[in-house]
Amino acid sequence: MNGAAGRWLREHLVLMLGLLVLVYTFVPIAVVVLMSFNAPRGRNAVYQFNGFTLDNWLNPCADADLCSALGVSIRVGLLATVVATALGTLAAFALVRHDFAGRSASNVLIFLPMAAPEIVMGSSLLALFVSAGFAGQLGFWTILIAHVMFCLSFVVVTVRSRLAGMDDTLEQAAMDLYATPLQTFLRVTLPLVFPGILGAALLSFSLSFDDFIVTNLNSGSTVTFPMFVYGAAQRGVPMQVNVIGTLMFVVSIVIVVASELNNRRRSRALT
Amino acid sequence: MSLLAEAPDQVADDTPYDGLRLRSVTKAFASFTAVDGLDLDVPRGSFFALLGPSGCGKTTTLRMVAGLETPTSGSITLAGQDITYAKPYRRPVNTVFQSYALFPHLDIFENVAFGLRRRRSADVKTQVHEMLELVELTSQARKKPAQLSGGQQQRVALARALINKPEVLLLDEPLGALDLKLRRSMQIEIKRIQTEVGLTFVHVTHDQEEAMTMADTVAVMNKGLIEQMGAPAELYENPRSTFVANFLGQSNLIEGAVLSRSADVTTVDMQGISVSVPTGRTHTDDAAGWVGIRPEKVLIGEEGEALDAPGNTIPGGVVSDVSFVGVSTQYLVRMPWGQELQVFEQNTGRRRRFAPGERVELSWRPEYAFLLDRSQDAGAGAVAGVLA
Repeated sequence: MNGAAGRWLREHLVLMLGLLVLVYTFVPIAVVVLMSFNAPRGRNAVYQFNGFTLDNWLNPCADADLCSALGVSIRVGLLATVVATALGTLAAFALVRHDFAGRSASNVLIFLPMAAPEIVMGSSLLALFVSAGFAGQLGFWTILIAHVMFCLSFVVVTVRSRLAGMDDTLEQAAMDLYATPLQTFLRVTLPLVFPGILGAALLSFSLSFDDFIVTNLNSGSTVTFPMFVYGAAQRGVPMQVNVIGTLMFVVSIVIVVASELNNRRRSRALT
Repeated sequence: MSLLAEAPDQVADDTPYDGLRLRSVTKAFASFTAVDGLDLDVPRGSFFALLGPSGCGKTTTLRMVAGLETPTSGSITLAGQDITYAKPYRRPVNTVFQSYALFPHLDIFENVAFGLRRRRSADVKTQVHEMLELVELTSQARKKPAQLSGGQQQRVALARALINKPEVLLLDEPLGALDLKLRRSMQIEIKRIQTEVGLTFVHVTHDQEEAMTMADTVAVMNKGLIEQMGAPAELYENPRSTFVANFLGQSNLIEGAVLSRSADVTTVDMQGISVSVPTGRTHTDDAAGWVGIRPEKVLIGEEGEALDAPGNTIPGGVVSDVSFVGVSTQYLVRMPWGQELQVFEQNTGRRRRFAPGERVELSWRPEYAFLLDRSQDAGAGAVAGVLA
């Protein structure tokens, strides 16, 4: 490579590779966004752009099954997030702040659900439900139990790392300044650990929302959004799925950008 | 020596003591005993320093007073009230932590107001502003702790504790993280504030100079016990153990055998030379002891030269090392019995400097000498105290 062009290329090689990676990542998302404006032509599985329309956006619930599946997913996601975040936060506090018999064992065991293949977790959970006599009642609640289970580990790990990095003399200082244990927790510990808890909650929701394997095994006749998409893909996905996909993407982007802006504002305040 | 808890058993424990009192306080951890049967009286309104090397139990003692540790046995009373097992948030004690422990999510105003708000005190705003004025941080009220310098954070920590007007303010090595120059000015600042507010301060430090500069009473702690307690000058001039003699400044300790004891003076045979030590400065009843003398009390002169030091004269020294340090000259003098003694001479300009190898004579006024227990280690406390 010679001359100015060669030099320019050498200097910008890393940048160009980075751009290629971004393109690789975002092309599928771009397709989803594009398809959300696609005019459907019958129920065919072939992805083909037939013409621009806003119909999909104006009538996202044209397919009633889609929206009921979405509703199930959102309800399961929110409930699983609340339960897993609450339990996981308490567990993280116990693991970091209290010395008890079996603490190091618990620290290892809490990792197992993260490491175990989902298919193993899902099928063993199904075996458990069936042997406990819930075979006929698989549905919303068994899905919720399953989701809480696999979200818990992530919550514990996230909150624990935040807590472990926190100086416990701050809590001693609060106690020294007349704060009761409850006040110490509410005024000092919780505000300082909160970013970790919030992160854990967001992680839980997205894990729950897009889980397919474990859910599929334990759902009975209940259909979640990922299951609906999977089932529909064989017949031809309604274009509204792309609308939901685009919306999910926008919501995540907004959350990421907002937290980034918040971080920047905070770090600017510190300089 | 009235402050000294020499005979705690004889102290009438039923008369309420208005200061801070510790009685046979012991704190044993799984592998070691940090504090071992400690007795301590801190008079109300005093600036009290607990001085000792790291690991001597001083911080553990402080934490027990704050309620952050529970004593294994013994009792702690404050203004007549037993607080041994009281929760930290139920005792009128506040702490300035070594790491400051300012709440990073609250601004300076809210950090200082924290204790007042917990007790639902009225007029928080005025009180906080008064306190910020005292520590000269009024303009920083709305900043977060991370935006302040180390010295400013230190003052916030002080203000946050002081505003509660505690019976006792505990300072845990509060100046350890500051550089030397800032430390000096903060020492003066804290002393000024203490005089101004008139509260009891208990200050834990390993820096003997800091303890002597700031405190009106210093307790030297070693291995979980108080070695000696008193005014800084008293501790320095009349140490009662080799640990105190070495940890607080430096000392020459020379082996000697007691020849005679009278009401005012003890005569000691020090390596063949008879020297005298005032009986009030004799801290052993044994037949042998360490004769102690501070380097700046030792006068150096040519052989046969008459110096202003009647009484103890030791001939036959040879200068082995000379260090000129500006305000003084520090000599090491090898004595006939092989020991090297330290001599500090002020550079008044009136006396010439001696050179290495010169034969000299040392002398000191008997009233500056002290006699310590021979069974104690002559090197105790020296590592931490030397070169201070």
